[in-house]
Amino acid sequence: MNTYMKNESNVAMKLHYDISKDDFSRAGEASSKIKNMLRQLAIEANILRRIAIATYEAEINLVIHSLGGTIDVYIKPDCIEIYVEDVGPGIENIELAMTKGFSTATAVAREMGFGAGMGLPNMEKVSDEFIIESTIGVGTQIKMVVTY
Amino acid sequence: MREYWHSVVLEKDYCNGCTHCLDRCPTQAIRIIDGKARIIQDRCIDCGECLRVCPYHAKGALVSSIDTLNNYKYTVALPSISFYGQFSEEYDTNKVYNALLKLGFDEVYDTAHAAEILAVYEKAMVEKEHYNKPLISTYCPVITRLIQIKYPALIDHIIKLEAPMEIAARHVRKRLIQEGYTSDEIGIIYISPCPAKITSIKNPIGIDKSSIDEAVSTEEIYYKVMKIIDKVTDIKPIQCSTGKGIGWARVGGQSYAMEIDDYIAVDGIDEVIKVLESMEIGKLNSLDFFEGYACVNGCVGGPLNVENTFIGKNRVRKLTKKYGMDEPVTIDIELIPENMEWDTPIKPMPIFKLDTDFKRALEKMAKIEEYTQILPGINCGACGAPNCRVLAEDIVSGNAKLEDCVLLKNQPKG
Repeated sequence: MNTYMKNESNVAMKLHYDISKDDFSRAGEASSKIKNMLRQLAIEANILRRIAIATYEAEINLVIHSLGGTIDVYIKPDCIEIYVEDVGPGIENIELAMTKGFSTATAVAREMGFGAGMGLPNMEKVSDEFIIESTIGVGTQIKMVVTY
Repeated sequence: MREYWHSVVLEKDYCNGCTHCLDRCPTQAIRIIDGKARIIQDRCIDCGECLRVCPYHAKGALVSSIDTLNNYKYTVALPSISFYGQFSEEYDTNKVYNALLKLGFDEVYDTAHAAEILAVYEKAMVEKEHYNKPLISTYCPVITRLIQIKYPALIDHIIKLEAPMEIAARHVRKRLIQEGYTSDEIGIIYISPCPAKITSIKNPIGIDKSSIDEAVSTEEIYYKVMKIIDKVTDIKPIQCSTGKGIGWARVGGQSYAMEIDDYIAVDGIDEVIKVLESMEIGKLNSLDFFEGYACVNGCVGGPLNVENTFIGKNRVRKLTKKYGMDEPVTIDIELIPENMEWDTPIKPMPIFKLDTDFKRALEKMAKIEEYTQILPGINCGACGAPNCRVLAEDIVSGNAKLEDCVLLKNQPKG
Protein backbone atom coordinates (compact mmCIF):
# COMPACT_ATOMS: atom_id res chain seq x y z
CA MET A 1 0.00 0.00 0.00
CA ASN A 2 1.16 3.53 -0.79
CA THR A 3 2.06 5.77 2.06
CA TYR A 4 1.03 9.36 2.54
CA MET A 5 3.51 11.73 0.97
CA LYS A 6 3.11 15.00 -0.92
CA ASN A 7 4.13 14.64 -4.54
CA GLU A 8 5.83 17.92 -5.42
CA SER A 9 6.56 17.13 -9.06
CA ASN A 10 4.76 18.92 -11.86
CA VAL A 11 2.69 21.21 -9.67
CA ALA A 12 1.21 24.01 -11.78
CA MET A 13 -0.51 25.78 -8.93
CA LYS A 14 -0.96 25.29 -5.20
CA LEU A 15 -3.90 26.36 -3.08
CA HIS A 16 -3.67 26.35 0.70
CA TYR A 17 -6.45 26.66 3.27
CA ASP A 18 -6.42 26.64 7.07
CA ILE A 19 -9.50 25.14 8.67
CA SER A 20 -10.45 25.88 12.29
CA LYS A 21 -12.18 23.37 14.54
CA ASP A 22 -15.85 23.86 15.43
CA ASP A 23 -16.16 26.81 13.04
CA PHE A 24 -19.54 25.66 11.73
CA SER A 25 -20.56 29.04 10.32
CA ARG A 26 -17.55 29.00 8.01
CA ALA A 27 -17.66 25.28 7.23
CA GLY A 28 -17.78 24.78 3.48
CA GLU A 29 -16.18 28.10 2.61
CA ALA A 30 -12.77 26.75 1.64
CA SER A 31 -14.21 23.99 -0.54
CA SER A 32 -16.53 26.52 -2.16
CA LYS A 33 -13.54 28.74 -2.99
CA ILE A 34 -11.68 25.77 -4.43
CA LYS A 35 -14.71 24.85 -6.52
CA ASN A 36 -15.12 28.36 -7.88
CA MET A 37 -11.46 28.60 -8.80
CA LEU A 38 -11.43 25.24 -10.54
CA ARG A 39 -14.63 26.20 -12.38
CA GLN A 40 -12.59 28.89 -14.11
CA LEU A 41 -10.02 26.39 -15.33
CA ALA A 42 -10.96 24.24 -18.27
CA ILE A 43 -11.82 21.24 -16.07
CA GLU A 44 -14.67 18.96 -17.09
CA ALA A 45 -17.90 19.32 -15.10
CA ASN A 46 -17.97 15.86 -13.54
CA ILE A 47 -14.31 16.00 -12.50
CA LEU A 48 -15.02 19.35 -10.89
CA ARG A 49 -17.95 17.85 -9.07
CA ARG A 50 -15.82 15.02 -7.66
CA ILE A 51 -13.17 17.44 -6.44
CA ALA A 52 -15.87 19.60 -4.89
CA ILE A 53 -17.28 16.62 -3.00
CA ALA A 54 -13.81 15.47 -1.84
CA THR A 55 -12.80 18.89 -0.52
CA TYR A 56 -16.18 19.63 1.04
CA GLU A 57 -16.27 16.38 3.01
CA ALA A 58 -12.64 16.84 4.08
CA GLU A 59 -13.35 20.36 5.26
CA ILE A 60 -16.39 19.30 7.26
CA ASN A 61 -14.37 16.49 8.87
CA LEU A 62 -11.72 18.95 9.96
CA VAL A 63 -14.36 21.22 11.48
CA ILE A 64 -16.22 18.53 13.40
CA HIS A 65 -13.47 16.07 14.36
CA SER A 66 -10.06 17.76 14.44
CA LEU A 67 -8.39 20.43 16.52
CA GLY A 68 -7.71 22.30 13.29
CA GLY A 69 -6.00 21.43 10.04
CA THR A 70 -5.09 22.31 6.49
CA ILE A 71 -6.23 21.52 2.97
CA ASP A 72 -3.67 21.79 0.18
CA VAL A 73 -4.72 21.46 -3.42
CA TYR A 74 -2.08 20.75 -6.05
CA ILE A 75 -3.26 21.51 -9.54
CA LYS A 76 -1.32 19.42 -12.05
CA PRO A 77 -1.57 19.01 -15.82
CA ASP A 78 -3.17 15.57 -15.53
CA CYS A 79 -4.77 15.50 -12.09
CA ILE A 80 -5.71 17.33 -8.92
CA GLU A 81 -4.13 16.18 -5.67
CA ILE A 82 -5.76 17.07 -2.37
CA TYR A 83 -3.80 16.81 0.89
CA VAL A 84 -5.69 17.02 4.16
CA GLU A 85 -3.73 17.16 7.40
CA ASP A 86 -4.96 17.72 10.92
CA VAL A 87 -3.93 17.81 14.51
CA GLY A 88 -6.44 15.84 16.50
CA PRO A 89 -7.54 12.67 18.19
CA GLY A 90 -6.69 10.44 15.22
CA ILE A 91 -8.86 7.55 14.04
CA GLU A 92 -8.86 4.40 16.16
CA ASN A 93 -10.15 1.97 13.59
CA ILE A 94 -9.77 3.21 10.02
CA GLU A 95 -11.67 0.31 8.52
CA LEU A 96 -14.64 1.05 10.75
CA ALA A 97 -14.38 4.79 10.02
CA MET A 98 -14.56 4.01 6.30
CA THR A 99 -17.89 2.22 6.77
CA LYS A 100 -20.96 3.99 5.46
CA GLY A 101 -23.04 5.41 8.28
CA PHE A 102 -20.39 5.07 10.97
CA SER A 103 -19.77 8.33 12.78
CA THR A 104 -18.24 9.60 16.01
CA ALA A 105 -19.61 13.12 15.49
CA THR A 106 -20.84 14.91 18.61
CA ALA A 107 -24.51 15.61 19.30
CA VAL A 108 -23.89 19.27 18.48
CA ALA A 109 -22.48 18.44 15.06
CA ARG A 110 -25.38 16.07 14.38
CA GLU A 111 -27.90 18.72 15.32
CA MET A 112 -26.36 20.92 12.66
CA GLY A 113 -26.94 18.24 10.06
CA PHE A 114 -23.42 16.83 9.99
CA GLY A 115 -22.12 13.45 11.07
CA ALA A 116 -24.15 11.16 8.81
CA GLY A 117 -21.18 8.85 8.54
CA MET A 118 -20.79 9.41 4.81
CA GLY A 119 -17.77 11.73 4.79
CA LEU A 120 -14.89 9.30 4.40
CA PRO A 121 -16.82 6.81 2.21
CA ASN A 122 -17.80 9.66 -0.12
CA MET A 123 -14.22 10.93 -0.27
CA GLU A 124 -12.97 7.49 -1.21
CA LYS A 125 -15.76 7.03 -3.76
CA VAL A 126 -14.92 10.18 -5.73
CA SER A 127 -11.12 9.70 -5.64
CA ASP A 128 -9.04 7.73 -8.13
CA GLU A 129 -6.42 7.33 -5.42
CA PHE A 130 -7.16 7.52 -1.71
CA ILE A 131 -4.64 7.20 1.11
CA ILE A 132 -5.47 7.66 4.77
CA GLU A 133 -3.07 7.47 7.69
CA SER A 134 -3.81 8.22 11.29
CA THR A 135 -1.98 8.21 14.61
CA ILE A 136 -3.95 8.16 17.83
CA GLY A 137 -3.53 11.36 19.77
CA VAL A 138 -1.56 12.99 16.95
CA GLY A 139 -3.72 13.44 13.88
CA THR A 140 -4.84 12.22 10.47
CA GLN A 141 -3.49 12.66 6.96
CA ILE A 142 -5.41 12.01 3.76
CA LYS A 143 -4.29 12.14 0.17
CA MET A 144 -6.87 12.14 -2.61
CA VAL A 145 -6.16 12.19 -6.33
CA VAL A 146 -8.72 12.94 -9.00
CA THR A 147 -7.40 12.30 -12.51
CA TYR A 148 -8.86 14.17 -15.48
CA MET B 1 -22.60 30.09 -32.22
CA ARG B 2 -25.63 32.19 -33.00
CA GLU B 3 -25.94 35.64 -31.51
CA TYR B 4 -27.57 35.46 -28.12
CA TRP B 5 -30.64 37.62 -27.97
CA HIS B 6 -31.56 39.17 -24.62
CA SER B 7 -34.69 40.76 -23.35
CA VAL B 8 -32.96 42.71 -20.59
CA VAL B 9 -31.57 45.94 -22.00
CA LEU B 10 -30.08 49.13 -20.74
CA GLU B 11 -31.58 52.49 -21.52
CA LYS B 12 -28.38 54.50 -21.46
CA ASP B 13 -29.93 57.95 -21.08
CA TYR B 14 -31.34 57.07 -17.68
CA CYS B 15 -28.24 55.36 -16.31
CA ASN B 16 -26.18 57.58 -14.05
CA GLY B 17 -23.46 55.01 -13.45
CA CYS B 18 -24.33 54.18 -9.86
CA THR B 19 -23.38 50.70 -8.70
CA HIS B 20 -26.72 49.27 -7.55
CA CYS B 21 -27.02 46.75 -10.35
CA LEU B 22 -23.33 45.74 -10.31
CA ASP B 23 -23.59 44.09 -6.96
CA ARG B 24 -27.00 42.48 -7.52
CA CYS B 25 -26.12 40.66 -10.72
CA PRO B 26 -25.77 36.95 -9.85
CA THR B 27 -23.50 36.20 -12.83
CA GLN B 28 -21.33 39.33 -12.63
CA ALA B 29 -22.55 40.35 -16.06
CA ILE B 30 -22.51 44.10 -15.51
CA ARG B 31 -19.62 46.56 -15.74
CA ILE B 32 -19.75 50.33 -15.57
CA ILE B 33 -17.70 51.83 -18.35
CA ASP B 34 -17.48 55.57 -18.97
CA GLY B 35 -20.18 56.21 -16.43
CA LYS B 36 -22.76 53.86 -17.95
CA ALA B 37 -23.68 50.31 -17.06
CA ARG B 38 -23.04 47.70 -19.73
CA ILE B 39 -24.36 44.15 -19.84
CA ILE B 40 -21.98 41.42 -20.96
CA GLN B 41 -24.35 39.49 -23.22
CA ASP B 42 -22.77 36.05 -22.76
CA ARG B 43 -23.16 36.21 -19.02
CA CYS B 44 -26.68 37.63 -18.73
CA ILE B 45 -29.34 35.09 -17.74
CA ASP B 46 -32.23 37.58 -17.96
CA CYS B 47 -33.16 37.24 -14.30
CA GLY B 48 -34.18 40.90 -14.19
CA GLU B 49 -32.54 41.61 -10.82
CA CYS B 50 -30.89 44.73 -12.28
CA LEU B 51 -34.21 45.88 -13.66
CA ARG B 52 -35.78 45.56 -10.25
CA VAL B 53 -33.01 47.28 -8.34
CA CYS B 54 -32.26 50.22 -10.68
CA PRO B 55 -33.41 53.44 -8.97
CA TYR B 56 -33.41 55.30 -12.31
CA HIS B 57 -35.39 52.72 -14.28
CA ALA B 58 -32.55 52.57 -16.75
CA LYS B 59 -33.00 48.85 -17.31
CA GLY B 60 -35.84 47.60 -19.41
CA ALA B 61 -37.15 44.54 -21.15
CA LEU B 62 -37.50 44.28 -24.90
CA VAL B 63 -41.15 43.45 -25.51
CA SER B 64 -43.63 43.89 -28.30
CA SER B 65 -46.52 46.28 -27.85
CA ILE B 66 -50.15 45.35 -28.34
CA ASP B 67 -50.06 47.03 -31.78
CA THR B 68 -48.43 43.83 -32.98
CA LEU B 69 -51.92 42.30 -33.16
CA ASN B 70 -52.30 44.09 -36.52
CA ASN B 71 -49.53 41.94 -37.98
CA TYR B 72 -51.55 38.73 -37.88
CA LYS B 73 -54.83 37.48 -39.29
CA TYR B 74 -55.69 35.50 -36.16
CA THR B 75 -54.25 36.27 -32.74
CA VAL B 76 -54.19 34.19 -29.58
CA ALA B 77 -53.40 35.57 -26.13
CA LEU B 78 -51.54 33.31 -23.70
CA PRO B 79 -51.69 35.12 -20.38
CA SER B 80 -48.95 33.98 -17.99
CA ILE B 81 -50.30 31.98 -15.07
CA SER B 82 -49.29 34.78 -12.69
CA PHE B 83 -51.75 37.01 -14.60
CA TYR B 84 -54.31 35.44 -12.27
CA GLY B 85 -52.74 37.21 -9.31
CA GLN B 86 -52.73 40.71 -10.84
CA PHE B 87 -56.41 41.54 -10.51
CA SER B 88 -58.36 42.13 -7.32
CA GLU B 89 -61.14 39.74 -6.39
CA GLU B 90 -63.91 41.91 -7.80
CA TYR B 91 -62.65 41.07 -11.29
CA ASP B 92 -63.38 37.47 -12.10
CA THR B 93 -60.59 35.85 -14.13
CA ASN B 94 -63.01 34.85 -16.85
CA LYS B 95 -64.09 38.47 -17.16
CA VAL B 96 -60.43 39.53 -17.39
CA TYR B 97 -59.93 37.01 -20.20
CA ASN B 98 -62.97 38.38 -22.00
CA ALA B 99 -61.48 41.86 -21.68
CA LEU B 100 -58.48 40.55 -23.64
CA LEU B 101 -60.84 39.66 -26.48
CA LYS B 102 -62.20 43.18 -26.37
CA LEU B 103 -58.63 44.50 -26.63
CA GLY B 104 -58.40 42.80 -30.00
CA PHE B 105 -57.23 39.24 -29.43
CA ASP B 106 -59.26 36.69 -31.42
CA GLU B 107 -58.81 33.98 -28.81
CA VAL B 108 -57.54 33.57 -25.25
CA TYR B 109 -56.07 30.30 -24.03
CA ASP B 110 -55.85 29.62 -20.29
CA THR B 111 -52.15 28.79 -19.86
CA ALA B 112 -52.84 27.40 -16.39
CA HIS B 113 -54.81 24.61 -18.06
CA ALA B 114 -51.70 23.54 -19.96
CA ALA B 115 -49.85 23.56 -16.62
CA GLU B 116 -52.29 21.22 -14.91
CA ILE B 117 -52.07 18.79 -17.83
CA LEU B 118 -48.27 19.02 -17.77
CA ALA B 119 -48.34 18.22 -14.04
CA VAL B 120 -49.94 14.85 -14.80
CA TYR B 121 -47.23 14.01 -17.35
CA GLU B 122 -44.47 15.35 -15.13
CA LYS B 123 -45.62 13.37 -12.10
CA ALA B 124 -45.28 10.14 -14.07
CA MET B 125 -41.72 11.10 -15.03
CA VAL B 126 -40.70 12.04 -11.49
CA GLU B 127 -42.06 8.80 -10.11
CA LYS B 128 -39.97 6.69 -12.46
CA GLU B 129 -36.72 5.29 -11.13
CA HIS B 130 -34.12 7.79 -12.07
CA TYR B 131 -30.37 7.99 -11.52
CA ASN B 132 -30.17 11.74 -11.55
CA LYS B 133 -32.40 12.69 -8.67
CA PRO B 134 -33.42 15.30 -7.81
CA LEU B 135 -34.93 16.25 -11.13
CA ILE B 136 -34.82 19.98 -11.76
CA SER B 137 -37.81 21.91 -13.08
CA THR B 138 -37.39 23.95 -16.25
CA TYR B 139 -40.35 26.21 -15.52
CA CYS B 140 -38.18 29.21 -14.62
CA PRO B 141 -35.87 29.71 -17.61
CA VAL B 142 -33.41 31.74 -15.51
CA ILE B 143 -32.56 28.65 -13.49
CA THR B 144 -32.00 26.53 -16.58
CA ARG B 145 -29.65 29.20 -18.01
CA LEU B 146 -27.87 29.48 -14.69
CA ILE B 147 -27.23 25.73 -14.70
CA GLN B 148 -25.95 25.93 -18.27
CA ILE B 149 -23.39 28.57 -17.44
CA LYS B 150 -22.40 27.68 -13.89
CA TYR B 151 -23.47 24.16 -12.92
CA PRO B 152 -22.97 21.99 -16.02
CA ALA B 153 -22.69 18.86 -13.86
CA LEU B 154 -26.39 19.35 -13.05
CA ILE B 155 -27.56 19.43 -16.67
CA ASP B 156 -28.36 15.70 -16.44
CA HIS B 157 -30.78 16.49 -13.62
CA ILE B 158 -32.89 18.84 -15.71
CA ILE B 159 -36.30 17.37 -16.52
CA LYS B 160 -36.54 18.05 -20.22
CA LEU B 161 -40.10 19.31 -20.31
CA GLU B 162 -41.64 22.30 -21.99
CA ALA B 163 -43.08 25.21 -20.06
CA PRO B 164 -46.90 25.40 -19.98
CA MET B 165 -46.89 28.41 -22.35
CA GLU B 166 -45.06 26.39 -24.97
CA ILE B 167 -47.34 23.36 -24.60
CA ALA B 168 -50.37 25.63 -24.93
CA ALA B 169 -48.91 27.37 -27.98
CA ARG B 170 -48.09 24.10 -29.76
CA HIS B 171 -51.57 22.80 -29.08
CA VAL B 172 -53.35 25.93 -30.29
CA ARG B 173 -51.16 26.31 -33.36
CA LYS B 174 -51.76 22.71 -34.40
CA ARG B 175 -55.52 23.20 -34.09
CA LEU B 176 -55.52 26.46 -36.04
CA ILE B 177 -53.52 24.92 -38.86
CA GLN B 178 -56.04 22.08 -39.02
CA GLU B 179 -58.74 24.74 -39.25
CA GLY B 180 -57.04 26.11 -42.35
CA TYR B 181 -54.83 28.97 -41.18
CA THR B 182 -51.29 29.16 -42.49
CA SER B 183 -48.58 29.42 -39.84
CA ASP B 184 -47.79 33.04 -40.86
CA GLU B 185 -51.36 34.14 -40.32
CA ILE B 186 -51.35 32.98 -36.70
CA GLY B 187 -49.99 35.26 -33.99
CA ILE B 188 -49.60 33.55 -30.61
CA ILE B 189 -48.76 36.24 -28.07
CA TYR B 190 -47.56 35.51 -24.55
CA ILE B 191 -48.38 38.04 -21.83
CA SER B 192 -45.15 37.87 -19.89
CA PRO B 193 -44.32 38.54 -16.25
CA CYS B 194 -40.56 38.62 -16.86
CA PRO B 195 -37.79 39.20 -19.39
CA ALA B 196 -36.50 35.63 -19.07
CA LYS B 197 -39.67 34.14 -20.55
CA ILE B 198 -39.37 36.56 -23.45
CA THR B 199 -35.77 35.54 -24.05
CA SER B 200 -36.79 31.89 -23.93
CA ILE B 201 -39.29 32.54 -26.72
CA LYS B 202 -36.69 34.23 -28.95
CA ASN B 203 -33.84 31.98 -27.86
CA PRO B 204 -35.37 28.73 -26.67
CA ILE B 205 -33.49 26.00 -24.80
CA GLY B 206 -34.25 22.38 -25.68
CA ILE B 207 -36.14 23.13 -28.91
CA ASP B 208 -35.17 24.84 -32.16
CA LYS B 209 -38.03 27.27 -32.44
CA SER B 210 -40.73 28.42 -30.08
CA SER B 211 -44.38 28.07 -31.09
CA ILE B 212 -44.99 31.48 -29.58
CA ASP B 213 -44.57 34.42 -31.94
CA GLU B 214 -44.16 37.36 -29.61
CA ALA B 215 -44.50 38.54 -26.04
CA VAL B 216 -46.10 41.60 -24.54
CA SER B 217 -45.65 42.67 -20.93
CA THR B 218 -48.20 42.03 -18.21
CA GLU B 219 -47.75 45.67 -17.25
CA GLU B 220 -48.94 47.02 -20.60
CA ILE B 221 -51.89 44.66 -20.85
CA TYR B 222 -52.96 45.16 -17.23
CA TYR B 223 -53.53 48.89 -17.64
CA LYS B 224 -55.32 48.39 -20.95
CA VAL B 225 -57.58 45.78 -19.38
CA MET B 226 -58.38 47.99 -16.39
CA LYS B 227 -59.55 50.78 -18.70
CA ILE B 228 -62.19 48.65 -20.38
CA ILE B 229 -63.05 45.90 -17.92
CA ASP B 230 -66.20 47.58 -16.62
CA LYS B 231 -67.54 47.72 -20.16
CA VAL B 232 -67.07 43.99 -20.76
CA THR B 233 -70.52 42.44 -21.00
CA ASP B 234 -70.28 39.68 -23.57
CA ILE B 235 -68.92 36.84 -21.44
CA LYS B 236 -67.62 33.67 -23.10
CA PRO B 237 -66.36 30.77 -20.99
CA ILE B 238 -62.55 30.84 -21.32
CA GLN B 239 -61.08 30.24 -17.87
CA CYS B 240 -60.92 26.47 -17.51
CA SER B 241 -58.05 25.55 -15.17
CA THR B 242 -58.57 24.03 -11.76
CA GLY B 243 -56.55 25.22 -8.76
CA LYS B 244 -53.79 22.79 -9.70
CA GLY B 245 -52.81 24.77 -12.77
CA ILE B 246 -53.36 28.20 -11.21
CA GLY B 247 -51.02 27.31 -8.34
CA TRP B 248 -48.05 27.28 -10.74
CA ALA B 249 -48.06 31.08 -10.44
CA ARG B 250 -46.36 30.78 -7.07
CA VAL B 251 -43.41 28.87 -5.69
CA GLY B 252 -44.31 25.30 -4.78
CA GLY B 253 -47.40 25.20 -6.98
CA GLN B 254 -45.83 22.87 -9.47
CA SER B 255 -44.97 20.28 -6.83
CA TYR B 256 -48.41 20.63 -5.19
CA ALA B 257 -50.02 19.98 -8.55
CA MET B 258 -47.95 16.83 -8.96
CA GLU B 259 -48.84 15.68 -5.44
CA ILE B 260 -45.29 14.58 -4.72
CA ASP B 261 -43.65 14.51 -1.31
CA ASP B 262 -39.88 14.70 -1.58
CA TYR B 263 -39.32 18.08 -3.15
CA ILE B 264 -38.03 21.50 -2.32
CA ALA B 265 -39.39 24.69 -3.84
CA VAL B 266 -37.02 27.64 -3.61
CA ASP B 267 -37.53 31.26 -4.59
CA GLY B 268 -35.11 34.17 -4.97
CA ILE B 269 -31.99 33.82 -7.09
CA ASP B 270 -29.53 33.91 -4.16
CA GLU B 271 -31.32 31.09 -2.35
CA VAL B 272 -31.48 29.07 -5.56
CA ILE B 273 -27.72 29.47 -5.99
CA LYS B 274 -27.11 28.14 -2.47
CA VAL B 275 -29.26 25.11 -3.20
CA LEU B 276 -27.54 24.43 -6.55
CA GLU B 277 -24.16 24.65 -4.81
CA SER B 278 -25.16 21.89 -2.40
CA MET B 279 -26.87 19.88 -5.09
CA GLU B 280 -23.63 19.97 -7.08
CA ILE B 281 -21.78 18.22 -4.25
CA GLY B 282 -24.50 15.60 -3.93
CA LYS B 283 -26.06 16.85 -0.71
CA LEU B 284 -29.63 16.73 -2.00
CA ASN B 285 -29.72 13.33 -3.67
CA SER B 286 -32.53 12.09 -1.45
CA LEU B 287 -34.98 14.53 -3.06
CA ASP B 288 -37.14 13.67 -6.05
CA PHE B 289 -37.73 17.15 -7.37
CA PHE B 290 -36.50 20.71 -7.20
CA GLU B 291 -38.36 23.75 -8.43
CA GLY B 292 -36.43 27.00 -8.28
CA TYR B 293 -37.39 30.54 -9.21
CA ALA B 294 -35.28 33.64 -9.72
CA CYS B 295 -38.08 35.80 -8.34
CA VAL B 296 -39.30 35.97 -4.76
CA ASN B 297 -42.52 33.89 -4.47
CA GLY B 298 -42.08 32.50 -7.98
CA CYS B 299 -43.68 33.93 -11.12
CA VAL B 300 -46.01 36.28 -9.23
CA GLY B 301 -42.79 38.13 -8.34
CA GLY B 302 -41.89 38.70 -11.99
CA PRO B 303 -40.46 42.18 -12.66
CA LEU B 304 -42.98 42.89 -15.44
CA ASN B 305 -45.96 42.18 -13.19
CA VAL B 306 -47.94 45.00 -11.66
CA GLU B 307 -49.03 43.73 -8.28
CA ASN B 308 -46.81 43.36 -5.22
CA THR B 309 -45.51 39.80 -5.17
CA PHE B 310 -46.97 38.97 -1.74
CA ILE B 311 -50.40 40.32 -2.61
CA GLY B 312 -50.23 38.37 -5.86
CA LYS B 313 -49.23 35.22 -4.01
CA ASN B 314 -52.14 35.56 -1.60
CA ARG B 315 -54.60 36.03 -4.46
CA VAL B 316 -53.25 33.00 -6.24
CA ARG B 317 -53.62 30.97 -3.05
CA LYS B 318 -57.25 32.02 -2.75
CA LEU B 319 -57.93 31.33 -6.41
CA THR B 320 -56.51 27.81 -6.18
CA LYS B 321 -59.10 27.20 -3.46
CA LYS B 322 -61.89 28.83 -5.44
CA TYR B 323 -61.23 26.75 -8.56
CA GLY B 324 -60.47 23.67 -6.49
CA MET B 325 -57.40 21.52 -5.86
CA ASP B 326 -59.40 18.29 -6.06
CA GLU B 327 -61.38 18.99 -9.20
CA PRO B 328 -60.76 16.52 -12.03
CA VAL B 329 -58.37 17.79 -14.72
CA THR B 330 -59.65 17.52 -18.29
CA ILE B 331 -56.84 16.01 -20.32
CA ASP B 332 -57.51 17.49 -23.75
CA ILE B 333 -53.87 17.63 -24.84
CA GLU B 334 -52.53 14.17 -25.56
CA LEU B 335 -49.86 13.10 -23.06
CA ILE B 336 -47.15 12.22 -25.57
CA PRO B 337 -43.51 13.35 -25.78
CA GLU B 338 -44.02 15.49 -28.90
CA ASN B 339 -46.54 17.61 -27.01
CA MET B 340 -44.65 17.83 -23.74
CA GLU B 341 -40.90 17.35 -24.08
CA TRP B 342 -37.79 19.06 -25.35
CA ASP B 343 -36.16 17.36 -28.28
CA THR B 344 -32.70 18.93 -28.46
CA PRO B 345 -29.96 18.46 -25.87
CA ILE B 346 -29.14 21.16 -23.32
CA LYS B 347 -25.58 22.26 -23.82
CA PRO B 348 -23.28 23.71 -21.18
CA MET B 349 -22.23 27.33 -21.73
CA PRO B 350 -19.20 27.55 -19.45
CA ILE B 351 -18.67 31.30 -19.61
CA PHE B 352 -16.62 31.41 -16.44
CA LYS B 353 -13.76 29.47 -17.98
CA LEU B 354 -10.68 31.63 -18.35
CA ASP B 355 -9.49 29.76 -21.41
CA THR B 356 -10.39 26.63 -23.32
CA ASP B 357 -6.79 25.48 -22.97
CA PHE B 358 -5.99 24.17 -19.52
CA LYS B 359 -2.41 25.44 -19.47
CA ARG B 360 -3.35 28.93 -20.56
CA ALA B 361 -6.24 28.97 -18.09
CA LEU B 362 -3.78 28.09 -15.33
CA GLU B 363 -1.44 30.91 -16.34
CA LYS B 364 -4.32 33.34 -16.28
CA MET B 365 -5.44 32.04 -12.90
CA ALA B 366 -1.96 32.64 -11.48
CA LYS B 367 -2.01 36.22 -12.76
CA ILE B 368 -5.49 36.79 -11.34
CA GLU B 369 -4.21 35.65 -7.96
CA GLU B 370 -1.33 38.12 -8.24
CA TYR B 371 -3.60 41.05 -9.06
CA THR B 372 -6.06 40.06 -6.36
CA GLN B 373 -3.24 40.37 -3.82
CA ILE B 374 -2.39 43.88 -5.08
CA LEU B 375 -5.98 45.17 -5.15
CA PRO B 376 -7.42 46.59 -1.90
CA GLY B 377 -10.17 43.94 -1.55
CA ILE B 378 -12.88 46.29 -0.35
CA ASN B 379 -15.10 45.58 -3.38
CA CYS B 380 -16.25 49.19 -3.73
CA GLY B 381 -17.23 48.90 -7.37
CA ALA B 382 -15.80 52.32 -8.26
CA CYS B 383 -13.66 50.77 -11.01
CA GLY B 384 -16.82 49.54 -12.71
CA ALA B 385 -16.39 45.86 -11.85
CA PRO B 386 -18.56 44.30 -9.13
CA ASN B 387 -15.59 43.38 -6.92
CA CYS B 388 -11.79 43.31 -6.80
CA ARG B 389 -11.57 39.69 -7.91
CA VAL B 390 -13.64 40.37 -11.03
CA LEU B 391 -11.47 43.43 -11.79
CA ALA B 392 -8.43 41.14 -11.57
CA GLU B 393 -10.10 38.78 -14.04
CA ASP B 394 -10.92 41.68 -16.35
CA ILE B 395 -7.33 42.90 -16.23
CA VAL B 396 -6.03 39.45 -17.15
CA SER B 397 -8.51 39.10 -20.00
CA GLY B 398 -7.43 42.52 -21.29
CA ASN B 399 -10.70 44.29 -20.58
CA ALA B 400 -9.48 46.52 -17.75
CA LYS B 401 -6.33 48.06 -16.33
CA LEU B 402 -4.89 48.07 -12.83
CA GLU B 403 -5.17 51.88 -12.93
CA ASP B 404 -8.94 51.50 -13.06
CA CYS B 405 -8.75 50.90 -9.32
CA VAL B 406 -9.57 54.27 -7.79
CA LEU B 407 -7.89 53.47 -4.49
CA LEU B 408 -4.60 52.34 -6.02
CA LYS B 409 -4.53 55.35 -8.32
CA ASN B 410 -4.95 57.80 -5.45
CA GLN B 411 -2.36 56.12 -3.25
CA PRO B 412 0.51 58.45 -2.41
CA LYS B 413 3.63 57.42 -4.36
CA GLY B 414 6.68 55.98 -2.61
